[in-house]
Amino acid sequence: MDRRKIEEDFFKGLMILSTAIIVGILFAIVAVVVLKGAPALSLSMLTQTPKGGYYLGKGGGILNAIIGSLYLAFGATALSLIIALPVAFYLREYASERFANFVRLSLDILWGVPSIVYGAFGFIIMLYFGLRACLLGGIIALTLLILPIMTRAMDEVMRMVAFELREASYGLGSTKLEVVSKVISRQTLPGMLTAVLLAFGRGIGDAASILFTAGYTDYIPHSLFDPVASLPLAVFFQLGTPFPEVQERAYASAVVLLVIILLTSVSSRLLTKRWSRFVIK
Amino acid sequence: MPKFKPHIRVKNLNLFYEGHHALKDITVDIPEKEITAIIGPSGCGKTTLLKSLNRLIDLVDGIEISGEVIVDGEDIYSTKVDVTYIRKKIGMLGQKPYPLPMSIYDNVAYGPRIHGMRKKKELDGIVEHYLEVAGLWDEVKDRLKSPASMLSAGQQQRLCLARSLAVEPEIILGDEPTSALDPISSKRIEEVFIALKKDYTIVIVTHILRQAVRLADYVIFLYMGDVIEQGPAKEIFENPKEERTKAYIGGEIS
Amino acid sequence: MDRKLKEAIASKLMLLATVFSSLLIFAVVIGLIQKSRPILATHSLSELLLSSSWFPLRGEFGFYPFIIGTIWVTVLAMLFSLPLCLLTSIYLAEYAPAKIRAFIKPLIDLLAGIPSVVYGLWGILIVVPLIKDYVAPFFGYSATGYCLLAGGIVLAIMVFPIIIAVSEEVFRAVPHEIREVSLALGATKWQTVKHVALRAALPGVIAAIVLGFSRAFGETMAVMMVVGNVARVPSSVFEPAYPLTALIANNYGEMMSVPLYDSALLLSALILLLVILFFSIAARIVLLRIERRVM
Repeated sequence: MDRRKIEEDFFKGLMILSTAIIVGILFAIVAVVVLKGAPALSLSMLTQTPKGGYYLGKGGGILNAIIGSLYLAFGATALSLIIALPVAFYLREYASERFANFVRLSLDILWGVPSIVYGAFGFIIMLYFGLRACLLGGIIALTLLILPIMTRAMDEVMRMVAFELREASYGLGSTKLEVVSKVISRQTLPGMLTAVLLAFGRGIGDAASILFTAGYTDYIPHSLFDPVASLPLAVFFQLGTPFPEVQERAYASAVVLLVIILLTSVSSRLLTKRWSRFVIK
Repeated sequence: MPKFKPHIRVKNLNLFYEGHHALKDITVDIPEKEITAIIGPSGCGKTTLLKSLNRLIDLVDGIEISGEVIVDGEDIYSTKVDVTYIRKKIGMLGQKPYPLPMSIYDNVAYGPRIHGMRKKKELDGIVEHYLEVAGLWDEVKDRLKSPASMLSAGQQQRLCLARSLAVEPEIILGDEPTSALDPISSKRIEEVFIALKKDYTIVIVTHILRQAVRLADYVIFLYMGDVIEQGPAKEIFENPKEERTKAYIGGEIS
Repeated sequence: MDRKLKEAIASKLMLLATVFSSLLIFAVVIGLIQKSRPILATHSLSELLLSSSWFPLRGEFGFYPFIIGTIWVTVLAMLFSLPLCLLTSIYLAEYAPAKIRAFIKPLIDLLAGIPSVVYGLWGILIVVPLIKDYVAPFFGYSATGYCLLAGGIVLAIMVFPIIIAVSEEVFRAVPHEIREVSLALGATKWQTVKHVALRAALPGVIAAIVLGFSRAFGETMAVMMVVGNVARVPSSVFEPAYPLTALIANNYGEMMSVPLYDSALLLSALILLLVILFFSIAARIVLLRIERRVM
């Protein structure tokens, strides 16, 4: 047989093998976590906060962590949106090519910064303002983490807008602001939604940045200055206890977290379709 | 000197695009309330000239421009001029229909709204009126809230025309406005143009010579960035003075 | 004229937001430098980076074991993931039928969205016992399973989706004509991939690798859950290690109560940040070079 043919088949075989390994591992991760966690999942886990002796295996649930994670992720997503949207607009219609490229470079670098570093930096900011670990601190650290993700994703979406569409709206005498806020924003709505949900998903799953900025508590916070629990840290801390019952709750918390992330991803796909009604192809 | 009343006077317009001399010392007059056709082979600068007339050319990076474009006695390239005001006064219809990503109603209402119109009643009136002028009203009156993207290409182009008219321009620029349309839709656009010229100054770019013959009152022949000849359509088509015009009209240059 | 005013105000605000977000990186660097100063003033850099004695209570801060730990888990992760990722992305881009692609791509995206604690959890449940019961004994070691190897494997899995997603796109962006030229000369598909597509895609693949590297290098939770966290320079992959990220995450609780401890931990954050900065900027420069050569 031809040597070249053997080489071709060999490498093709290797490729299929690696693809299978990677897909297999993905299934293994989801399967193991769900199989371990689902039996420990109960209604009371979802609807109650930890009661006395919870971490020794007694009653209660992780409602504090579920609510806390939602607070943190929604807060950070909202705060990021307030900054990311104008930045994406500015890069699209106002900035010179040079300045835009500088901003993109610095956002790309921010994207690569480890979340623990954001945690550390958030901690420095909190020290500066005399804050203790609290919801606000966690939101700030998470915002730092997801801001570059959201901004660059929006920026990429906006760069795809057809020149003619901008021309059409400038041709009617629109100002730059009107072009970005009334036309480009509607054209890119589905893509921007994807960007926001991507950032949300990333934010709700991150633990390292909120480890020392958000704290952890058994209660649901009443103000921005109360410490707050979160699902990733609930997984981490419960896993760290020596009691099998509590460890099982860690698995269950991981399932809850996975489900939230899966829902975010699915709703992103569904909403994107629905919000595309007005998009000009 | 022209016998007509010029609406746009272009004087010594030079345009460089990344070092390439795209428009060479253009001086033309465009008559008021008539249809002017800019003709010439593709790539000769027709569209560039057209976009220089309402400063949409500003959107392209790497352009250097000198000379004057005087509309109603005012140079639109003067630094004092508000460019959004210029573009409101000079409407534009592109090659392909590009509706805005919103409903049919909002497409037409977009212009009046950004220029300060808020009253629902008046907007309704404007939308209906200009959709009628563009010959689209009967086809869309029952689905004004549906997305503009659902219309056919021909309908979209008429929507774009209604949208341009709704900001009450004095001048309408058309950049090969029928090139993306089927023959029936093209015919409708042409009919609308002819009806519009009693109120508007119209400038169209076209590479379809027969379209220019059908529509134009005045013709500008552009070749490699130079104005070769300009004059009333009858003269240009029946009795061209320049050799190159003859050659183009005779179908030798394309 | 209030449209003009609106425009003017809005553009200023947008500029402000843009400047703010582009200066953030500088703020982070400066903030960390500021906080690292106390320890840098009392300890020499060579002592901090090269000493192995870590006794915060005695004021001894030798980062060497942590730096080595970080380097080792990252190197292991890249060793495991690179071949698998390259082969998979070439398969997806060049060979896989459309149906398989359409099935696998969303899965890879999903893998990218899984939080790091879940990877860590999975590592504890599967990887650690596997190493303890099978892999280590096979090589003649006895181990708890919480070790460098476990960290490397978990990190490798975490960077799969990043490297695959980016490099698959890069391979698909290689123009079809280039491939046709090679195929028309009688090359096999694999030869075409090897000699033509891979070369054309090289800059993008490098970018993908750097992204994966940054993720592995800076990952905290997953790695700290499985790597053992013992402050000693490991002598084999079956021994525990203690990466810098884990050092910060494990000790933040006490950092305000021991003198200089906070400064030491923030210095490790600074080290992480500077390494990441160095790599992303170096990658940019390399990319520009290569692109210029290819064009």
